[in-house]
Amino acid sequence: MTATAVREDRTASGGARVSAALWRRAWLRATLTLSPPLAWFLVIYLASLLVMLVTAFWSVNPFTNSLVHSWTLANFQQIFTPTYLTIIARTVIMAAVVTVTDAVLALPFAYFMARVATPRGRQALFIAVLLPLWASYLARVYAWIVILQKGGTLSWTLSKLGLGTVNIGYTNVAMWIVFSYIWLPFMIVPIYGALERIPDSLLEASGDLGARNWRTLRSVVLPLALPGVVAGSIFTFSLTLGDFITPILVGGANSSFIGNVIYSNIGTAGNLPFAAALAVVPIVIMIFYLSGARAAGAFEAM
Amino acid sequence: MKVWARGGALLAAASAAVLVAACGSSGGGSTASSGSGSGTSGLTAPQANTPVPTSVGKGEGQLNLIAWEGYAQPQWVKPFEQATGCQVSAKYAGSSSEMVSLMANGGGGQYDMVSASGDADLRLIYSGDVKPVNINLVPQWKNFHPFLQNPPFNTIGGKHYGVSYEFGPNVLLYSKKAFPSAPTSWSVLYNKKYAGEVTVPNNPIQIADAALYLSKTQPGLGISDPYELTQPQFNATVNLLKQQKPLIKKYWDLASQEISLFQSGTTVVGAAWPYQTNTLVAAGAKVGDTIPAQGATGWADTWMLATKAPHPNCAYKWMQWATSPKVQAQQAVFFGETPANKLACPIMDQLSKGACAAYHANAPEAYFQTLKFWKTPLAQCGNGKSDCVPFQQWVTAWTQITG
Repeated sequence: MTATAVREDRTASGGARVSAALWRRAWLRATLTLSPPLAWFLVIYLASLLVMLVTAFWSVNPFTNSLVHSWTLANFQQIFTPTYLTIIARTVIMAAVVTVTDAVLALPFAYFMARVATPRGRQALFIAVLLPLWASYLARVYAWIVILQKGGTLSWTLSKLGLGTVNIGYTNVAMWIVFSYIWLPFMIVPIYGALERIPDSLLEASGDLGARNWRTLRSVVLPLALPGVVAGSIFTFSLTLGDFITPILVGGANSSFIGNVIYSNIGTAGNLPFAAALAVVPIVIMIFYLSGARAAGAFEAM
Repeated sequence: MKVWARGGALLAAASAAVLVAACGSSGGGSTASSGSGSGTSGLTAPQANTPVPTSVGKGEGQLNLIAWEGYAQPQWVKPFEQATGCQVSAKYAGSSSEMVSLMANGGGGQYDMVSASGDADLRLIYSGDVKPVNINLVPQWKNFHPFLQNPPFNTIGGKHYGVSYEFGPNVLLYSKKAFPSAPTSWSVLYNKKYAGEVTVPNNPIQIADAALYLSKTQPGLGISDPYELTQPQFNATVNLLKQQKPLIKKYWDLASQEISLFQSGTTVVGAAWPYQTNTLVAAGAKVGDTIPAQGATGWADTWMLATKAPHPNCAYKWMQWATSPKVQAQQAVFFGETPANKLACPIMDQLSKGACAAYHANAPEAYFQTLKFWKTPLAQCGNGKSDCVPFQQWVTAWTQITG
């Protein structure tokens, strides 16, 4: 009687059997759980990247704008002409300058947050850092246009203080200021993470061994903060490298970025293959950058 | 919010107008509808002999449009759907090139019509993606401005590949503080006196503006059509633009940018659409616009019929609807452009006081003769040879100038 009951129970509940089978085979469980996200990653993300790379070796019929599926290196040869090298150099230099600026601004700020501020003050600072991210990117860039343009807030304030006027709207200086402002939180947060993890005992040991504050900062704090800086720089560098909206909005006559040329080749010219070839440039730059960051131990800080 | 919506529409218009836009060798139509395939010798329109219907039958209940954003607004689409039973679904395109791509293979049996700008028109006609329409089935056509009845960008060999819709000029915008009286020449855009105070659109077709200027100021170059440039003519034009670059404060991408540049006094002179002038004047800015002695470029859009249009009757009903004075006026006021139909003028004034005059909808024919409408530069230009510089090289050169 008992045996029959158990058998009936088993046949009744197919779900239990599936669950038991999955419990016995861990590999099957892992495969089933991971395959949807994995498929999404492979199909949507990597495959589209692959299609883009393949497209870079094609060309377009200038008249009908249709793709010509014959292999050519012309798109890549075109990149190595002065016009595009200038634009690539401008983009990379701007990304580098913005990254350095943000690192210099973020280090003392994050240090104060992590090691000086009271818990309540830390919370307030965190909110202050992250709050701008809740506002639209566009709204913040437009605000900077109002600040920087001729007769704008900055110029007006300076003239009231008797310091003359400035007219830096629509220049690369304006782009540098706006980029540095927009990506600053992405630098502060990882540096804060790195600094917060430094055990107090290390600082005490440094003091016990006779190091003054400055020496402790240089020999203990900064080396331990470096992975955080590098992690933050991955964000600031890659975000600047790929941006094309800020150059459109606050840039001047010499402000085209790689992204702007890609955009105009897709939108205006309909030259998808050249746009794809140009899109490879930031990918290559980032591969080099990430390998450097990995060597610096940035991935452990993220 | 309204301004934003219009700004968005204008961005599309920019694509429409600036990016590619209307072709047509001139308002005058010197080469207009004469000779089949003229203007692009060596090319034939594949659908030229496709028969056209003699009457419009019952609607198919559906109409699929490819349009500029702002060209299928509920204000005039909803009444159309109620009147004809044709349900409209519109796909917005971001550029003329995108329109050409979407229309490939005759609209693929999916799309019925496209609101193509002049530069896309010839590409669509010569690739066989659009077919002739019977203009007699569009009664309002006879009320069009004469230069838009048979314009060379949509009418070839007497065959109409669609009906003209709306258009606009690219004007010279100036600050009245810097220019007490209107400048009479585009030369102010190339004058070192205004270094750092000049703005022009960030668009390869802007090369045509410089070519138009050179055609009048350096007759030795022999430029007769700013969209048909031989290599030496093209090089001279690009050189002029490279000299202009140090004077440029900003190459504008959005109409709103130029508006704020003039509002703040950052720039005092630039190339613009009437929309910017009207917005600035409405906001109290001391600016004006003019068409200088050399004339100006402009854009013009056409509703074209896909070769494989699955709903041709609804398409004809749409052509009739879109050319009616009321819809023409609504579209013009919404988008900031000029209607093809002359009868739209009083309705524009009803919708927005002074709109008709502001957008030159009632200007004399001589005004329109000064406009050189955009068309895609092709290698096969009007001289019977294939030695003109095609559009892709315009794009490359523009990147070199502005990059």
